[in-house]
Amino acid sequence: MNTMTLLRARLEKAGDASAPRCAPPWRAPLATFAIGLAACTLLPEHAGLLTRVFIMAMFVLSLDLAVGVAGLATLGHAALFGVGAYAAGIFALKVMPDPLVGLAIGVAAGALLAFASGAFLLRYQGFTFLMLTVAVAQIVLSLAQKARDWTGGDDGLSGFSVSPLLGRFAFDLEGRVAALYALAVLVVAFYMLRRLVDSPFGLAVRGIHENRARMAALGTPVYARLLVLYTVAGAVAGAAGALSAQTTAVVGLDSLSFALSAEALVMLILGGAGRLAGALVGATVFTLLHHTAASINPYHWLSVVGILLMLVVLVPPAKVWPWLRSRLGAKA
Amino acid sequence: MSTLANILIDGVAYGMVLFVIAVGLSVTLGLMRFVNLSHGAFAMVGGYCAALLTREAQWSFWGAVPVAILATALLGAVLEVLVLRHLYRRKELDQVLFTIGLSFLLIAGTNALVGPQVQLIPLPPVLAGSVDLGFRTLPAQRLLVIGAGLAVAAAAAWTVTRTRFGVWLRAAVDHAGTASALGIPIRTVQCVSFAAGAALAGFGGILGAELMPLEPYYALKYLVLVLVVVAVGGMGSIAGSLAAAVLLGVIETASKYLASDWGNLFFFLAMAALLAWRPNGLLKR
Repeated sequence: MNTMTLLRARLEKAGDASAPRCAPPWRAPLATFAIGLAACTLLPEHAGLLTRVFIMAMFVLSLDLAVGVAGLATLGHAALFGVGAYAAGIFALKVMPDPLVGLAIGVAAGALLAFASGAFLLRYQGFTFLMLTVAVAQIVLSLAQKARDWTGGDDGLSGFSVSPLLGRFAFDLEGRVAALYALAVLVVAFYMLRRLVDSPFGLAVRGIHENRARMAALGTPVYARLLVLYTVAGAVAGAAGALSAQTTAVVGLDSLSFALSAEALVMLILGGAGRLAGALVGATVFTLLHHTAASINPYHWLSVVGILLMLVVLVPPAKVWPWLRSRLGAKA
Repeated sequence: MSTLANILIDGVAYGMVLFVIAVGLSVTLGLMRFVNLSHGAFAMVGGYCAALLTREAQWSFWGAVPVAILATALLGAVLEVLVLRHLYRRKELDQVLFTIGLSFLLIAGTNALVGPQVQLIPLPPVLAGSVDLGFRTLPAQRLLVIGAGLAVAAAAAWTVTRTRFGVWLRAAVDHAGTASALGIPIRTVQCVSFAAGAALAGFGGILGAELMPLEPYYALKYLVLVLVVVAVGGMGSIAGSLAAAVLLGVIETASKYLASDWGNLFFFLAMAALLAWRPNGLLKR
């Protein structure tokens, strides 16, 4: 009898957690927009940092699509970011300086690389997939290093400028326009991804994450679904890279580096993978922490990340948030 | 002709270093299903111990090396007993994150204790010279590295296939529950295998100090190379790791000699091609 009530209570609890989301898809992006706007107005002197936060949030959002939603553990996501950044930078330098067209070029470059590499990578799973993503990212990095005429090699790509946004808002030195521009792109991307993840297509991809064989048996074209999802993730990562190139007016080889891929993964896990909003939280917390700790000493920063990583594993946020919530709820 | 010979010798020596470091990782990854990204940090700890003992404490090379290896093994064993064994049943991602965090901490700690400069291990006169093999002279250090690599390969293969411990290890891997019910001390087996892997990493760090300079970021810089060797060789396969390490070592050295401005391109191209051809490892079908 006792066990029965316990079981029922547990079932009801589980039912609450897995109940279909009723929140409209625009609510979270709108909240993000409001918070971002408030941050931009209240802290105008930190506009550069806020821009960085928005760009990293977008990049981690893209990573969440691959890792959290589709279960494709990748350590080569920086390749997509860097290709978007270089494409936008080179386009601004050689063709035209319009930011929105440059953004579209970055999106296209990221999507193209994701499609081409995904067509090869997605034939493999697990550890082999992970190592192959590292290989692809390193190959792209080596090529960027070699093609000095296009990318500037180790010196980085610089010397390009971006014309005023929509022909009216010039990118100023304080970086306010840049911050608002990055925020706007982030919110639009967040809304679109939210719709995508909650769509039948998104559900199919989640199903593939949970059980590939079963989804294949149900008739889902696993490979095609994953390829489309990976291409979308590439497009978003490319957009983040293009934003980074346009707002800082410089692209370095570090935007293709292994470290960036690993850092983004840390941000994602920190915020909680698979729920999109977690990506935003993780990127914000990590970037702010980085800013404070690294200004003291880079090695100091490394130990902070190290301890943070170990804590995240030993005390997973997915367990802490509900615990905190229940404690706080019990108190109130 | 002489360039070719140089490439082959340096490449094989480089491959042997990669193999000695990688074999421990291959065992923990393939046999114990534990993704240990702090393996590079173990190699770094071994190298640093040897460098500090010979330089600061004025120990002889032959005394310092075994002590450094033992110290690394001890570090591995302590970590395994205290924390890592709790992660065996966790998801791969958790293991990756925890061990990367551990590497970061070890890097920061190494920098704080020893400083950011490159550490050199002074070689005894016997190894610093060169050896005349009759048809050509070779640096003695390269010969030692190649010999040690072959010895490690033979010893590891013999331990896994021919000894009681190897039987225990394979049984524990195949089915931990059954092995435990049959009276095999699983915890000891896991702990000893992990410590042995760490010790081999430390040994590799010492052997490779001339080819892979010891500095705080060593742990991450060469981690990717070691992971590539494990992936291409096939997890848990000692012969596969050896083949992959030598092959990739020769490719990497050849691209450094002949096409240095292309960076790591050929290494990673070769890796992608090999993995695409044999996703489960070179010697597995």
